[in-house]
Amino acid sequence: MRITCPFCGERELGEFTYLGDAKPVRPVAGASEGEVFDYVYLRDNIAGVMSENWYHGGGCRAWLKVTRNTLTHEISAVEPAAGVGAAKVGA
Amino acid sequence: MKYSIFSLARAALSGHKNWQRTWRDATPKDRYDVVIIGGGGHGLATAWFLASEYGIKNVAVLEKGWIGSGNAGRNTTIIRSNYGLPGNTGFYELSMKLWERMEQDLNYNSMVSQRGVINLYHSDAQRDAYARRGNTMRINGIDSELLDLAAVKKMMPFLNFDNARFPVQGGLLQRRGGTARHDAVVWGYAHAASELGVDIIQNCEVTGFVRDANGKVTGVETSRGRIGAGKVGMAVAGSSSRVASMAGLRLPIESHVLQAFVSEAIKPLIPNVITFGAGHFYVSQSDKGGLVFGGDIDGYNSYAQRGNMPVMEDVCEGGMALMPMIGRVRLLRQWGGIMDMSMDGSPIIDKTPVDGLYLNAGWCYGGFKATPGSGFVFAHLLARDESHAEAARFRLDRFRSGAVIDEKGQGAQPNLH
Amino acid sequence: MAGNQKNRLTSGGLIDRSASLNFRFDGKSFSGFQGDTLASALVASGVKLVGRSFKYHRPRGILTASSEEPNALVELRTGARREPNTKATTAELYEGLEAASQNRWPSLRHDVMSVNQLFAPIFVAGFYYKTFMWPAKFWEAIYEPAIRRAAGLGRAAGTADPDHYDKAWAHCDVLIAGSGPAGLAAALGAGRSGARVILCEEDFTAGGRLLSDGGMIDGLPAADWLSRTLAELAAMPDVRIMTRTTLFGVYDGGTYGAIERVNDHLPVPPEHQVRQRLWRIVAKRSIVAAGAIERPIVFAGNDTPGVMMASAMRTYVTRYAATPAKRVALFTNNEDGWRTVETALGAGLQIAAVVDARPDVSPAHRSLASKNGFTVLHGSVSGVDGGKDGVRKISVSLTGGARAEVEADGLAISGGWNPTVGLTSYHRGRPKWRDDIAAFVPDGAPPGMVAAGAANGAFGLGACLREGFEAGTMAARDTGRTGNAGSTPVADDEIFSLAPLWHVAGKGKAFVDQQHDVTASDIELAQREGFESVEHLKRYTTLGMATDQGKTSNVAGLAIMAAVSGRTIPETGTTIYRPPYVPVAIGAFAGHHRDETFHATRLTPSHHWAAEQGAIFVDTGLWKRAQWYPRAGEKDWLESVTREVKAVRSGVGFCDVSTLGKIDVHGPDAGAFLDRVYINTFSSLAVGKARYGLMLREDGIVYDDGTTSRLAEDHYFLTATTAKAGLVMQHLEFCRQVLFPELDVQLTSVSDQWAQFSIAGPKTRDLLKEIVDPAEDLSNEGFPFMGAREVALRGGIRARLFRISFSGEMAFEISVPARYGEAMARNLMLAGRQFGVTPYGTEALGVMRIEKGHIAGPELSGTTTAADLGLGKMMSTKKDFIGRVMAGREALVAPDRQVVVGIKATDKARRLRSGAHIIPKGQTPGPGNDQGYITSVCFSPTLDQWIGLALVQRGRERIGEIVHAHDPLRGEDYDVELCNPVFYDPDGGRQRG
Repeated sequence: MRITCPFCGERELGEFTYLGDAKPVRPVAGASEGEVFDYVYLRDNIAGVMSENWYHGGGCRAWLKVTRNTLTHEISAVEPAAGVGAAKVGA
Repeated sequence: MKYSIFSLARAALSGHKNWQRTWRDATPKDRYDVVIIGGGGHGLATAWFLASEYGIKNVAVLEKGWIGSGNAGRNTTIIRSNYGLPGNTGFYELSMKLWERMEQDLNYNSMVSQRGVINLYHSDAQRDAYARRGNTMRINGIDSELLDLAAVKKMMPFLNFDNARFPVQGGLLQRRGGTARHDAVVWGYAHAASELGVDIIQNCEVTGFVRDANGKVTGVETSRGRIGAGKVGMAVAGSSSRVASMAGLRLPIESHVLQAFVSEAIKPLIPNVITFGAGHFYVSQSDKGGLVFGGDIDGYNSYAQRGNMPVMEDVCEGGMALMPMIGRVRLLRQWGGIMDMSMDGSPIIDKTPVDGLYLNAGWCYGGFKATPGSGFVFAHLLARDESHAEAARFRLDRFRSGAVIDEKGQGAQPNLH
Repeated sequence: MAGNQKNRLTSGGLIDRSASLNFRFDGKSFSGFQGDTLASALVASGVKLVGRSFKYHRPRGILTASSEEPNALVELRTGARREPNTKATTAELYEGLEAASQNRWPSLRHDVMSVNQLFAPIFVAGFYYKTFMWPAKFWEAIYEPAIRRAAGLGRAAGTADPDHYDKAWAHCDVLIAGSGPAGLAAALGAGRSGARVILCEEDFTAGGRLLSDGGMIDGLPAADWLSRTLAELAAMPDVRIMTRTTLFGVYDGGTYGAIERVNDHLPVPPEHQVRQRLWRIVAKRSIVAAGAIERPIVFAGNDTPGVMMASAMRTYVTRYAATPAKRVALFTNNEDGWRTVETALGAGLQIAAVVDARPDVSPAHRSLASKNGFTVLHGSVSGVDGGKDGVRKISVSLTGGARAEVEADGLAISGGWNPTVGLTSYHRGRPKWRDDIAAFVPDGAPPGMVAAGAANGAFGLGACLREGFEAGTMAARDTGRTGNAGSTPVADDEIFSLAPLWHVAGKGKAFVDQQHDVTASDIELAQREGFESVEHLKRYTTLGMATDQGKTSNVAGLAIMAAVSGRTIPETGTTIYRPPYVPVAIGAFAGHHRDETFHATRLTPSHHWAAEQGAIFVDTGLWKRAQWYPRAGEKDWLESVTREVKAVRSGVGFCDVSTLGKIDVHGPDAGAFLDRVYINTFSSLAVGKARYGLMLREDGIVYDDGTTSRLAEDHYFLTATTAKAGLVMQHLEFCRQVLFPELDVQLTSVSDQWAQFSIAGPKTRDLLKEIVDPAEDLSNEGFPFMGAREVALRGGIRARLFRISFSGEMAFEISVPARYGEAMARNLMLAGRQFGVTPYGTEALGVMRIEKGHIAGPELSGTTTAADLGLGKMMSTKKDFIGRVMAGREALVAPDRQVVVGIKATDKARRLRSGAHIIPKGQTPGPGNDQGYITSVCFSPTLDQWIGLALVQRGRERIGEIVHAHDPLRGEDYDVELCNPVFYDPDGGRQRG
């Protein structure tokens, strides 16, 4: 697998670390135990196109949101995480 | 038909023309007391134990493809009961005891080979962790030995003791651990279950659940029509989330790819099952002569049943670091299976919130060795509607309560278990 | 010249007759030429018997001339370089080559195990599943060892591989597998268009079937066209042709695996050179021009030495000028097989007969037969009379029922061709069936890949060139290379007329998978027993699982299954194709990652100084850390470590702690950020102060701990444990970038930028005064406990100084730029001489932390909560932080959890060991009363006895209780007292002093 890092360009799988589904949003402070449980433990575990968190630890240390098909491993989009400095991309 | 050297000799006289099918090719009936989804080792073992232990013989096992086409046919064939946490320790030992009588139970030679499983340690901290685990095993009546360097050298003189980056210091040995012929386990359970009246239905994909007005599951829709059921058990590791979602359930499970590898067949080289402690590599040699080895999961969610090169290289690096004698042995085949990676690395065997639907899932790497035990306790749950004592901790709600069983101590991140 | 190349033609072939090579097979001397394979040299020398089969130990010869060979496997080389199961058909001959046959005893000709053939009626597919079950104990003791000894073919060396392997990356626009007509045409099309091209050819010479089958291309004889084309390609700077390189797999994102046999054609790799190189090739497009493999027809005795694929026979005659037989019979079901007749006649061989399974034979062939005096028989070969010395006679069932016999010493067979669909199917694609050629062809392929030529089912030479050229040109266009590709090479297309025939019924064993001894009747048995799915068939009979991966057997096997189960071949389907295309040495996948270079080694800034001191080093992750510093006369590690601890506690010592993770946290929201990732509060920390922090995972379990200091209003310096250094950075970046993007904060890993030393002991301040600029106030008031700030050192270097203590002593940690780390160690030794300064290692560090009751790795096990560690009160109730909610779950706050407690043996002389379990005194150990375990132990010089920390159920409520330590693994049982984990200076006066 090769991921095109928005900062570094196309790079080999070995440079990246996987975290998982990027869809669940961390509940805000004061959320119930049930909501946090759901966020921490339950997964859609999609067989198909999924948005995922990947870390470019072997490169620029950006967290990336990668759109990837879990059936074929095809990657259709890569974008930087919200806090990584998105404004710099393509500027 | 009973299998033995005598029946073989008799069959030879007639040119082997009289052998029957190993299991009946069943046509689905309208209704069964229990329908098990998944014709892998676990599903078939469940059916056999339902019929043989619990007297429930009106059972169907539904398999989407051919039996054993999932992880039962795609693993590194290791059996062991060297777990350290309550819940796992007793369960895997129950399973080990069932392995020890499997051939006689089933009248099928699944080649259970108790050749010993050793986990090597390379540091004091690792030794201490193994000591803790080995002592747990002993306290639970399970065999376990802590070997020092001299004992490891004597047992495996071919390891790299001279110039290793992380020198071997010793190992935790379970002599009763070993390997079994994975496909034969599937066929053996299918054979024995079929003899007791269980219907094994291949090429039968479940496409939905039939629910009554109260939401209770009363059957399944399949590619071969609707089949009614008193209870439905899911044993579809790798596809648990997909099947459970048809009943509206979300599970604490991710599907990941685990690769495995086999070398060309060579004369006996490695006598036991060896797990490297300073890299990702475990190996045994099949009776046919191939080195069967593997390592970590690739690390990303996948249903593709194939992996990528970094893990393949990582595994071979571990192998060469541990036993540089395998450098010229050739890797013959690589394959990938879908692992049901649970959130604490341990399985789930429980009722679900949906009445009539029972779950057997989340096996991570441990599915093959668990086969007979899993079948036994799942049959118990289906027959008695309560957990078997040795599976009482494999509850679905343990993640909600916090009573997780986390051998690796990695928390709710499946790809680290 | 040793040996006698009696079957070598006097002229022709692509061998260098001026370079004669001597070799040995089974101890006997032979000779061949440069350009030979081991197989061709054996053919030239008249050797027919080359190996024994897996199960029945049947004598076997050479079936093919390429990597699909099932039979001619040898142990190549000797000693540590012995390579089992090496295909003689691909092993290049070199001077002094040594090879031995396999799976026979005492010799190839007289193999005792061939007695197995007598038991063949019982040794059918899967027989072992039906027996060897009684008595149960006999499996491991008797049956299995016997089976294991019998199984497997060659013997591995059993000693470390002395050769080196390399791994490399390559990038290109167009990657081509195969250098036959299709592959070369593809390279021309792509190369002329301006694409960067890599072409991999597994053979040692480019050309593919052109080398054996010739033909006319662009009006030139194939050999001339080949040299012209290779010259043209060689002149293109962006085209690279890699011979001896097999493309074995395709992975995601256009990544391909290839193995280059760099030096396998030499006895030993030249000095400083590798044996093989693993290539990871990244290609935008790829073209599989890997050709096709001729397939056998299954009939009784088809495994007799001397039975050979028709195309292989042409290869031996044409390419190697070696004649496998003098009087050749051909059994074919297609037009292509007849080319072997033409080749044989051209080499002056006799044709005994042609057995053609088709109803009609062309007039041209008939006239060829009458002109050369051989008969054409319509029918099938149903038996072979022969043995280890080869074929003597073949039996033919004629169409219409009559029988005939033909005397011949060689039988060429051609059952048609199977396109090489492996690479196109490795992403679990299934090939599709084409009736007109009775073969599977690719049906789609992984992204970016196409098949061309014979690999795509186009068997004619002209078609191969056209398809290859078009694929090459199109692939180049797809990658934006639009140069003038010129015109397609032109050749005629041969007629390929085939009547499918898979299996000829007859008496005797008819082999489908020759290496695994799978017969046609085994497949019938598998069907009878319900193993009808091709995957079941494969697993039950082991069809296609041998080292040849079923290249010559799979399709025939499933065709026979289709016939007996009443299905068509496409209904029966294929098994899943799995890489690698050819077996690849495990060593190549490892490359240089073995021995000391298995993983990188990280050295601390003071490493070389510590080594000079004679330090013993311990592996901590990738780090080498000084474990202790032995001195002359000390009898063991314990004596050294005890001395180091005493020296610190009574004077001063120092230890390199640079391996800690170090992160600079900058920004106006730095404090708010840390409040969210730590359970305690950091926004309230005063500038110039340090605070111990604890992080949880989101599931409420402790993740890591460390001291974090506030160096300025908007600047914190965070430390993480050595083990988690990289992971904490990743976690914090996740928090910053993904969870809390609204916070204005930046993280910088400075782990490698700072050398950090812990200096501890009552004389610490005295020593520091020698190092630090005198203007800096180090007094207890000027630099109190938990103070942290930048200071100047004597000489002006800026350092960070932290008054923190892991040992429980008066202590500082000092950070200097990493390049000064070694100098710092030397200076501390020099300046500290007057105070008796003692360097100490990780063991003494560990002893002092246990004495002080500090938690470390063994307690941070990934299953303990803050409360388990005695740090529950640190959890702020006034803010949200990672893990807060899940930490409150029922089972994580249960009162009977195992919590950290101190332990000491009731017998002061007793040594403790980590991993022992805690059982209530007086009870028999069992699962019901296993209440915890010892996590860390040490000999405490301060208390003069072994002490430890343990995780024990309700441990803190049980201080003073005597419990039982149970350690059956090491045969130890003893009593210990549960006690306060802080053994040393519990009120902390020393560290604050």
